[in-house]
Amino acid sequence: MTVESTAARKTTRRSSGTKRTASASASTKKATAAQSAEPELVQLLTPEGERVQHPEYDIDLSSEELRGLYRDMVLSRRFDAEATALQRQGELGLWASLLGQEAAQIGSGRALRDDDYVFPTYREHAVAWCRGVDPTNLLGMFRGVNNGGWDPNTNNFHLYTIVLGSQTLHATGYAMGITKDGADSAVIAYFGDGASSQGDVNESFVFSAVYNAPVVFFCQNNQWAISEPIEKQTRVPLYQRAAGFGFPGVRVDGNDVLACLAVTRSALERARRGEGPTLIEAYTYRMAAHTTSDDPTRYRRDAEREEWEAKDPIARLKAYMEREGHADAAFFEELETESEALGKHVREVVRAMPVPEHMAIFDNVYADGHALVDEERAQFAAYQASFEGGEAE
Amino acid sequence: MAVQKLPLAKALNESLRKALETDPKVLVMGLDVGKLGGVFRITDGLQKDFGEDRVIDTPLAESGIVGTAIGLALRGYRPVVEIQFDGFVFPAYDQIVSQLAKMRARSLGTVKMPIVIRIPYGGGIGAVEHHSESPESLFAHVAGLKVVTPANSSDAYWMLQQAIQSDDPVIFFEPKRRYWDKGDLDTEAIPGELHKARVAREGTDLTLLAYGPMVKTCLEAAAVAAEEGKSIEVVDLRSISPLDFDTVQASVEKTRRLVVVHEAPVFFGSGAEIAARITERCFYHLEAPVLRVGGYHAPYPPARLEEEYLPGLDRVLDAVDRSLAF
Repeated sequence: MTVESTAARKTTRRSSGTKRTASASASTKKATAAQSAEPELVQLLTPEGERVQHPEYDIDLSSEELRGLYRDMVLSRRFDAEATALQRQGELGLWASLLGQEAAQIGSGRALRDDDYVFPTYREHAVAWCRGVDPTNLLGMFRGVNNGGWDPNTNNFHLYTIVLGSQTLHATGYAMGITKDGADSAVIAYFGDGASSQGDVNESFVFSAVYNAPVVFFCQNNQWAISEPIEKQTRVPLYQRAAGFGFPGVRVDGNDVLACLAVTRSALERARRGEGPTLIEAYTYRMAAHTTSDDPTRYRRDAEREEWEAKDPIARLKAYMEREGHADAAFFEELETESEALGKHVREVVRAMPVPEHMAIFDNVYADGHALVDEERAQFAAYQASFEGGEAE
Repeated sequence: MAVQKLPLAKALNESLRKALETDPKVLVMGLDVGKLGGVFRITDGLQKDFGEDRVIDTPLAESGIVGTAIGLALRGYRPVVEIQFDGFVFPAYDQIVSQLAKMRARSLGTVKMPIVIRIPYGGGIGAVEHHSESPESLFAHVAGLKVVTPANSSDAYWMLQQAIQSDDPVIFFEPKRRYWDKGDLDTEAIPGELHKARVAREGTDLTLLAYGPMVKTCLEAAAVAAEEGKSIEVVDLRSISPLDFDTVQASVEKTRRLVVVHEAPVFFGSGAEIAARITERCFYHLEAPVLRVGGYHAPYPPARLEEEYLPGLDRVLDAVDRSLAF
């Protein structure tokens, strides 16, 4: 296909899209309502880096705290970029990039207390960062050396869950356990706009409402479920669904780290007070592909990405900090050096990750043992030993 | 008095009561398990005595029941989940297979999943669609799960105790048509191992291998065969995963003939696995191919046809005759 014809095709597609919206039936208008962000969006920092007030959610952060949030976002982005590069170099089998979602993840992640518990999906690399999880631990499953690979109780950060929405029920059950224990910690469950269609997410809303469980549902609406746009998931803004389940929903600018922090902090406090769940819809955008395996140019317009680049979460905080003098040039330079060091460290650790020992296939399948696993382990060991120089057990 | 004569259903109730008394982390969860005491009354009286925090009536959502049980287990609880009927487990199948079964391995052994999922299963009670299925092979096929099924009151009591104490997820199939059969229960006895098969009747000519609801059917068939001068051994498998092939092999080496009987469809059923392994282990001992008796490759039929679908005395005895004719 020539350059001209590609351009022509794109133009056609774009104009037909416009036409479809223009001649929309009532139901299509409802569908587009799911996309319109502005009216109900909680925002404390505009895309230009202007600080704005919100009557319900406000926050007063010191320069040091602002620098901390900025550093978290920059390092998370650097880690993510390194992992993407490592995938391209064949060191990782797959990577799910968080590019563009740093504010949603850092803002919500920094609202948590140590004794809170996080149930992530598979893209919450920046939340893991906030929890103190060694970022290289996240790469094991993408390199293919394990299927999870960390102890969730070390940092109260559960394993990544690949089947969409399953973890929202685990989060709800865990939160029910907190109530039973008489503790005052809270749980946060991460999922995306695609997962919001899953039965499990809706069942977790039912259970958490019925049992008044201290859980915050944090939906990162990044507009795309692989190639399916938000209109294929919902006809109402996602946060409005909470009302039908009997708890509050709020839509926050997911590219505004201050707003994400303020809104999540408020929802967690509500959970701790015994007032039950909250649904937060962080309205954001996935700048990269769903994973390194797909090609966004097949399903979305370049212009859309450009629109969102103007709302970049890191750039807007930087603009604000520079304008208000919360950081000097030395801070940004040092952070640059730290970023490069992180990238280098990640690269070295990933390349050094050993292929697990063969017998690991049979490890940890059962706590109390299982006759068939024992039998097959012995057979496999004998088979391995049958090769000269093979691994005998 | 330690030994009592109790229906299987009541033995399960006693077992749950004992577990709730013994360990404050044990929870009973499911639809209607509270005031109603479960549709089969297995949880009768438990909520009254242990409260709504321990015996939890849940929303009507099977995936939600199992998924929240996983979260409770992560928090240190030991949920015993009731799925109301066999055919209703499938909305929870994803949580069981994709999450529950794999959690331990994914965490490199750092978390445990001490969850029991109780499922009344099998036919013979004249129920409507989705209330009479035998999906045990679907669970036994999945690594990370254990699958057991008692056939009498004593096993119902003790196997459930052992399943609750296990740090592994256990799918606990209850033979619903045997709920009302009375049997001896000694609550002070030392129970056998959870995953060990039991020789329910000694014999020398042929082994009938069964579990759950079909154990009684096979014992009745052996009694009829005895009148015809045939000595039939009946082995009650008790545990489907892991499966005690050693006990089965020992029996087959003695009798040289094996017929496996279950209610589930024969095709790709547990009998296929048993036939293959026993053929491998006992090839030179066998006088006849391992035969299987079970359901057909058809949806479970309407109640008026279920006696044709389910293995009964005649079909079991027919297989015995075919094996002995080799």
